[in-house]
Amino acid sequence: MPRHVLALLAVAAAVFLGGCATPNQDLVVLLPDKQGKVGTVIVEGKKGTTVLNTAYASARTLPDGSVVGSTLSPNEVKDVFGGALAAQPPRPMSFTLYFESGSDEFTEKSKLEVKQLLSEMARRKAPDITVIGHTDLVGPATSNDALSLRRAERVKSILVGMGISAERILTAGRGKREPLVPTADGVADPRNRRVEISVR
Amino acid sequence: MLSTSLKKDIRLALAYSCSAACFFSVAAAAGPADDIAQFKVANGSVYIERSGQRIPAQVGTHLQTADTVVTGTDGSAGITFIDNSLLSVGPNSVLAIEQYKFNSTTHEGSFDSTLRKGTLSVVSGKIAKQSPDAMKVRTPSSILGIRGTEFLVRTSN
Repeated sequence: MPRHVLALLAVAAAVFLGGCATPNQDLVVLLPDKQGKVGTVIVEGKKGTTVLNTAYASARTLPDGSVVGSTLSPNEVKDVFGGALAAQPPRPMSFTLYFESGSDEFTEKSKLEVKQLLSEMARRKAPDITVIGHTDLVGPATSNDALSLRRAERVKSILVGMGISAERILTAGRGKREPLVPTADGVADPRNRRVEISVR
Repeated sequence: MLSTSLKKDIRLALAYSCSAACFFSVAAAAGPADDIAQFKVANGSVYIERSGQRIPAQVGTHLQTADTVVTGTDGSAGITFIDNSLLSVGPNSVLAIEQYKFNSTTHEGSFDSTLRKGTLSVVSGKIAKQSPDAMKVRTPSSILGIRGTEFLVRTSN
């Protein structure tokens, strides 16, 4: 075979092996969260599946559809994903408010919490919030759903009165699904009668 | 033949149902039901493809289901969804939001997106926390099942 043909073949092989001509190779990396906890991601290629459940565990899909597991270093992660990581939105922050029993007034501690909520909103770009009402475990689910939503709506109107645009506020009623303090069903616990505000 | 008063009732009913329909269609066009996410970060060239149109995206721009987010060579963007899922893309990326449903009472929902190109960072939110199969991220060659919480995806062709 003439020498220049061999050279061309070598170049073609290098391009192929280098991945330029191969379709859709994926890289998936699992990260620890801010508390160091790690979740699970299942990567399903056309021929094979890999489960990622340790920090910096990674999966690559190969051109034949198979999936190969490995572990990346934090520096490798930064090299490949620096742009996407730098553009992460700020983490949502949660504030919890309580009312004086039988009244529309926030407790003293909650008034302070409202101040912190407002300054957190001022710190963020284009902030929006969800006001989430919760109840204790007394009564049936349906009436607690309605009650928790009413609480959320009440807090929304208070916040609108403080100058937050209504368009920035969503409301939700979680009823008794997410007690702060786990109790048996039917237990009246004031710590569970609360309104949580998630600032994004 | 209809009595005059009955005709009047019918006219009133028609007028009422029309105005109700008009009210609801306006509400559906601009209502909070469409509001699934907002851009919190937008650097360089970032736009949304929506019904064949290109809309430039900036901080505060709202995202809808079926939107595709596109970044240029100098672009990157961060988007926060109403279930607190956080998605961000690096340069030269194309991310299609195919389905987003979230019930804020039960936290049930479904969230399907496809990274056609580029890099994606995900911090999963309440949808994935509530039900392990509710959130999927696809690429042209793989499907990712999300049990939580933080991960990165690159797809290159």
